[in-house]
Amino acid sequence: MATTDYALAHARASAPMAPRLTTAAAVMKFVRTKPLGAAGGAIILAMLVVGAFSEVLAPYDPYQADYGLQFTRPSVEHWFGTDEFGRDLMSRLIYGARIALFVGFSASFIGCTIGGLLGVMSAYAGGRVDLFLERLMDMLLAFPQLILALAIASILGPAVQNVVIAISIPIIPRAARVVRATALSVKENVYVEAVQALGASRPRVVLQHIVPNVVAPYIILLTAQLGGAILAEAALSYLGLGAAEPTPSWGLMLSGSALSYAEKAPWIAIFPGIAISLGVFGFNLFGESLRDALDPKLRGR
Amino acid sequence: MRTYILKRLLLVVPTLLGVATIVFLIMRVIPGDVALLILGGDDGGQIDAQQLAAVRQQLGLDQPLIVQFGTWLWGVLQFDFGKSLWTGAPVLDELLIRLPLSLQLALMATLVSVIISIPLGMLAAVRQDTWVDYVIRVISIGGLAIPGFWVGILCILFLVIVFGWGPPLEYHPPWVDPWANLSMMVWPVVTVGYRYSAVTTRMTRSTVLEVLREDYIRTAWAKGLAQRVIVIRHALKNSMLPVITLIGTEFAFLIGGLVVTETVFTLNGIGRFVVDAVAHRDYPVVQALVFLIAFSFVIVNLLVDLTYAWFDPRIRYR
Repeated sequence: MATTDYALAHARASAPMAPRLTTAAAVMKFVRTKPLGAAGGAIILAMLVVGAFSEVLAPYDPYQADYGLQFTRPSVEHWFGTDEFGRDLMSRLIYGARIALFVGFSASFIGCTIGGLLGVMSAYAGGRVDLFLERLMDMLLAFPQLILALAIASILGPAVQNVVIAISIPIIPRAARVVRATALSVKENVYVEAVQALGASRPRVVLQHIVPNVVAPYIILLTAQLGGAILAEAALSYLGLGAAEPTPSWGLMLSGSALSYAEKAPWIAIFPGIAISLGVFGFNLFGESLRDALDPKLRGR
Repeated sequence: MRTYILKRLLLVVPTLLGVATIVFLIMRVIPGDVALLILGGDDGGQIDAQQLAAVRQQLGLDQPLIVQFGTWLWGVLQFDFGKSLWTGAPVLDELLIRLPLSLQLALMATLVSVIISIPLGMLAAVRQDTWVDYVIRVISIGGLAIPGFWVGILCILFLVIVFGWGPPLEYHPPWVDPWANLSMMVWPVVTVGYRYSAVTTRMTRSTVLEVLREDYIRTAWAKGLAQRVIVIRHALKNSMLPVITLIGTEFAFLIGGLVVTETVFTLNGIGRFVVDAVAHRDYPVVQALVFLIAFSFVIVNLLVDLTYAWFDPRIRYR
């Protein structure tokens, strides 16, 4: 009897709150409970495949101008038609997915990582360091995201890697704020106090005990920023501060010439917009559902 | 209330000073020499060293950084933002010409978004987890995903193809020629407003949901009040406060909307002024505009906080 009680208590204590799931089962559960999120995931997956295998999937060279084929209507050979240089629009859109993904992922990653590290530092150091960093982040938050990115991009000049920098900097204060809040509550845990009492070095406490516990909000943050970063890239390129011609950036494809040929070739101004909207929609849907799934406190909001 | 206002005002000063510093540092410290850029030397062209020195001196770039900052800040305090490198006119004059258009666009877009989003957000909250809620949520997530400039492009595309429309070129203030004004502004307002309303709808939904879980709502139900009365008299009133905050926090959104929308519709407002200044590498203008936009953002947030404290006395004591 006593042993059973003990075994039961032990089982209870060691049982996680919910039964542990294998990765495949977790994915299945996500698909079942979050159909919208799964739809977003499917869009992202499709975009990743298109971006990774652009060479194979694109029917034509996206840079190859052919003045004999200017403004070809959408047809069997050219599904989405051709632009003012006779370039195949579909091939350009396929290569554009790669640029959107590259800028989106690297800008969110750089912004969230720098911001996250600053947030952890701020929370762990406390005192003056915390106050200084907090004020600094407040000031950075006083700049509308697009305006700050525009100012930075204007100095750095139009190039894909500069767009990444310009988009990642406004993400930093937003990431720092969220991660700091989580790190502050993690820091109060008894086990942190315990490892400190055991004489663990500061880097050890931060890296081994605080950082792993802020990974969840970090990932939520990262996915939440992705859609916005892709949108920002499109806007900057549209305004002429992103990738330069002839790079097949979706935003750039909509700038300038697209509207001047509105009557002759409306498809030039339509398809790139659909590509941007669909991609961002996928990331937003997925990000939102992931947040709901990983952060029960926000569920149902 | 008075102490609260004073406390909030005192907090604004260091923030603005910090904002000014950041703007200045971004424009000066990031690699890239403004004088070199003006002369076109960053493209690899041959630049006369003497000419370069002359431009530097003219712009005050030969002074130590701290002196440059002091000079600029002193100018800002006297509403002197320097002269545009492109037109030679004072930045402030150029700004004031363009302000009415942007202000009108911003106000009308906010109004449109409030009219659309508050009923929609409320409906979604009251019918949570039904198809009504799902449709409204998908529309608002979708609204966020569609780039504002593309909506503008589609509007123009539609107008050009169907009506052979050409964009009106000159801004007529509404009190001079209301019809010409409206025919110019209606599409830009739609373009800025729809995206803005997507954000506001989501916010209204989540705040109404939160309020609906409060104790006094349960009491209202227990009293046997009709759902209509509970939603409108109790829930809506109490969820309006966060929505007021939203109008402040989404100011940034609005500015971004103005920048791209004014560019698409070739409207001569503040947003397009920023883009043009960036394109012309007109650094005094970029610096002044970025600072002023951040400045107005800080002030809008201050006003929102004060409104909030006015309506909800608990905040004053925090």
